[in-house]
Amino acid sequence: MAEPTIFDLSVPGRKGVTFPDSDVPETALPEGFLRDQLAFPEMSEMDAVRHFTSISQKNYAIDLGFYPLGSCTMKFNPKINEVTSRYPGFACTHPLQPIESVQGNLYLMFTLQEMLKEIAGFAGVTLMPSAGAQGEMVGTMIIHKYHHDRGDQQRTRMLIPDSAHGTNPASSAMLGFEIVPLPSDSRGNVDLEALRGLCDDRLAGLMLTNPNTLGLFDENVAEVIRLVHQAGGLVYGDGANMNALLGVFRPGDVGIDVLHFNLHKTFSTPHGGGGPGSGPVAVQKHLLPYLPDPIVGIIEEGDEETAPLYGFIHPEKSIGRIKTFYGHFGVMVRAFTYISMLGQAGLRDIAEMAVLNANYLQEKLKHTYTLPYDRKCMHEFVLEGHWKDLPGVHALDIAKRLMDYDFHPPTNYFPLIVPEALMIEPTETENKETLDRFVDAMLKIADEAKNQPELLHDAPHNTPVRRCDELKAAKDLVLCCYSGDLLGG
Amino acid sequence: MFTPHTKNDVEVMLKSIGVEKLEDLFDVIPAEFRYPDLNLAPRLSEMEAAAELENIASANATTKEYLSFLGAGAYDHYIPAAVDNLLQRGEFYTAYTPYQPEISQGTLQAIFEFQSLICRLTGMDVSNASHYDGATAAAEAAILALGHFRNKRKKILVSRSVNPQFRQTMRAYTQAHEDLQIVGDEIETGADLEKLIAMIDHDTALVLVQYPDFFGRIVDYKKLIETAHAYGALVAMAVNPTAMGMLTPPGDLGADIALGEGQPLGIPLSFGGPYLGFFAVKKDLMRKLSGRLVGETTDVEGKLAYVLTLTAREQHIRREKASSNICSNQGLMTLAATIYMTVLGKFGFRQVSNLCYQKAHYAAKQISQLEGFSLVDPDTPFFHEFVVKCEKPVDDILDHLLAHEIFGGYKLENDYPEMKNCLMLAVTEKISREDIDYLCEVLEEVNHG
Repeated sequence: MAEPTIFDLSVPGRKGVTFPDSDVPETALPEGFLRDQLAFPEMSEMDAVRHFTSISQKNYAIDLGFYPLGSCTMKFNPKINEVTSRYPGFACTHPLQPIESVQGNLYLMFTLQEMLKEIAGFAGVTLMPSAGAQGEMVGTMIIHKYHHDRGDQQRTRMLIPDSAHGTNPASSAMLGFEIVPLPSDSRGNVDLEALRGLCDDRLAGLMLTNPNTLGLFDENVAEVIRLVHQAGGLVYGDGANMNALLGVFRPGDVGIDVLHFNLHKTFSTPHGGGGPGSGPVAVQKHLLPYLPDPIVGIIEEGDEETAPLYGFIHPEKSIGRIKTFYGHFGVMVRAFTYISMLGQAGLRDIAEMAVLNANYLQEKLKHTYTLPYDRKCMHEFVLEGHWKDLPGVHALDIAKRLMDYDFHPPTNYFPLIVPEALMIEPTETENKETLDRFVDAMLKIADEAKNQPELLHDAPHNTPVRRCDELKAAKDLVLCCYSGDLLGG
Repeated sequence: MFTPHTKNDVEVMLKSIGVEKLEDLFDVIPAEFRYPDLNLAPRLSEMEAAAELENIASANATTKEYLSFLGAGAYDHYIPAAVDNLLQRGEFYTAYTPYQPEISQGTLQAIFEFQSLICRLTGMDVSNASHYDGATAAAEAAILALGHFRNKRKKILVSRSVNPQFRQTMRAYTQAHEDLQIVGDEIETGADLEKLIAMIDHDTALVLVQYPDFFGRIVDYKKLIETAHAYGALVAMAVNPTAMGMLTPPGDLGADIALGEGQPLGIPLSFGGPYLGFFAVKKDLMRKLSGRLVGETTDVEGKLAYVLTLTAREQHIRREKASSNICSNQGLMTLAATIYMTVLGKFGFRQVSNLCYQKAHYAAKQISQLEGFSLVDPDTPFFHEFVVKCEKPVDDILDHLLAHEIFGGYKLENDYPEMKNCLMLAVTEKISREDIDYLCEVLEEVNHG
């Protein structure tokens, strides 16, 4: 049954959480500025709790099952992260407190910057970006400003491989770059010939996702970077897929100029049903002056007896401020906790088990589903979710049918270069039994596609709602519970 | 630590893949770069990590132990227990973006309710599923307005009494628009509304004001809105959501866009984030909205369902032609805000709004009666934040208060060089009369010290 909304459940006069009466002499309200009514719900606390508990049960979540969502790195979110980030010592600090009163926070941020620098091989890190997309934007802002400062205004082209993440073009467009798509070669690497043809003085940069969205590590990465640098461009690294590389490879070592991380993917912070993320950005030495303002640094060195004083540093040619305060601090505490529990050996184990799981699944599935690039993969791989002799069956049908087997579907229809793509990323936290159950379901679905295709077309069958009419949603545009007088409704 | 593989699992899986050892899975990585030595501290067990983090946290002073009058964009409100308790349900916080509506109705319905609450709070027609924070919401308003006029209007007017961080972020976001002018917030214009109104012209795409403004003042923007509309410009109002429990909402005042920092809606201070930016528009701007939107529909059986809609505006479909590059929203923070507004409800929400107003006015009155302190703008109504001019240097006052475990407020000279010796204080429902009296006592010592 559909759960009523909070407005359906509202009863005039009912109260939830209330506050004490005022303990100060009354001041008259500002006449002429007052609103008549506030059409908020009126519910008891228990009714509200039941409502939100009830709708929560209509969600799939990592805590419930396997989430092989490619490029999203849906790994387990350790419970300890939720405890440490809620310590009052962190949660009850105001961002404008005097720095002497928040040395714990600043130490944590400074150390996390150092950890990320070390893990990826860079000279500096900003923790300010709110999410991967904002990290990308910061990266492209830095590239934009760098060229402008050097009088290289004619560098307006940003090359984006067709196997890159989908947000890259929009992030570059925010800075006015002309987006030039770069094809992949037959092995899924950047096409070097095409790249050579674009290396001229209009080149601002290349946005490289490596491993790319096919889950493949570019076999010519060093050459790609060399070509771009030789032409005076910078290389942006999309670090969304860093899970494959932890403790194994540092993008900075091979010459990537600027890279963003996704703390909510690689470093286990929860996705929260769509956010908050956190997208720190790392840069090489020549780009340090362009980092957002401010970053955390040591402003008074310590000695054996006194700890250093941490504070804020304002990079001299900064691209500016890209959000309020300093970033998603609560997310940083979680990532810090996670990295502290891994160390070098633990990080390497993460990457190895993530890549092992992906290759295991790829091996088990590639005989039934077309694997367009048959190479060892990194943390994820892409299958084609259709068969030539079954024109009526699409990747979407397979995705929806997986829900009937209690799995979250893989990412589908991305990357765009694989027809009917199913992009599968198991992550390192899944055990072999779960992977085997997933393989069984996928093989069974392939069989159903042949023999009982209606099971796929009608799927899902057992979910809280079944396939939804997205056209109707876009046509009717019911975007809120109208209170009667809005939109004439 | 978080990998379940036994030695046997690894062996069986490697064999199945057809390689001998784990290293073989990485042979595509150039050997000279493989397996770098990382200078990281040795790993901790969960028990040790919990203690280590507690130790780090203990180096902070908190608003729990200290009396705090800090605001300036982040406010210390009481958060009902139900908010965090529900937030910690794994079904909510370990879910992904609701791209698969069949198994995401919980998140989708919560966002739909969030959008509805924000529309009611601001008096607007359509709200998105949130931006990162108030500052990025302000930046998105600039981008929306420029796009609305197809980049033909080259001017954005922004009042100096808009949160400085919002203005900085707006400038950073538009740094590649070389012929764009963001003006109106110069020292010379000050927070003079008449001067700002006089700057509105046919080249103006957007006028951004704050309500209550950064200094807490409740300003009448009627004439500004009328003038902007006479020139065809859009008006965006950055609002404090708590104040909306009491004040005429921007929708009723004629604003085209209402946006703001959603942190006061049940989100902990957490040293500045994660928060949420709310963003709502009038009906005719609906298709220009960036960010996620949830709409109502039905499933194949005719059952009511919610889905992400109008996705054709978004980056993953339109790529470089998208209205913005944003792809996430502040999912869990919007859930916190939704639960907060629901459990407070009509009565509790208005109560908080009124308590903030009453206590702030008591505090302002008491402080202004002290020798050496006066209100900067005693004749303009204000909500829960106000500016005090001090005879002594603000740094000395703040240091003295800190020594008495009081965060005394925000030193405005940090952002406004013309406002020397000005201290801004915020008062929420958590502050008692006793707290205010104690603050005054300590302030009095400053003068005699």
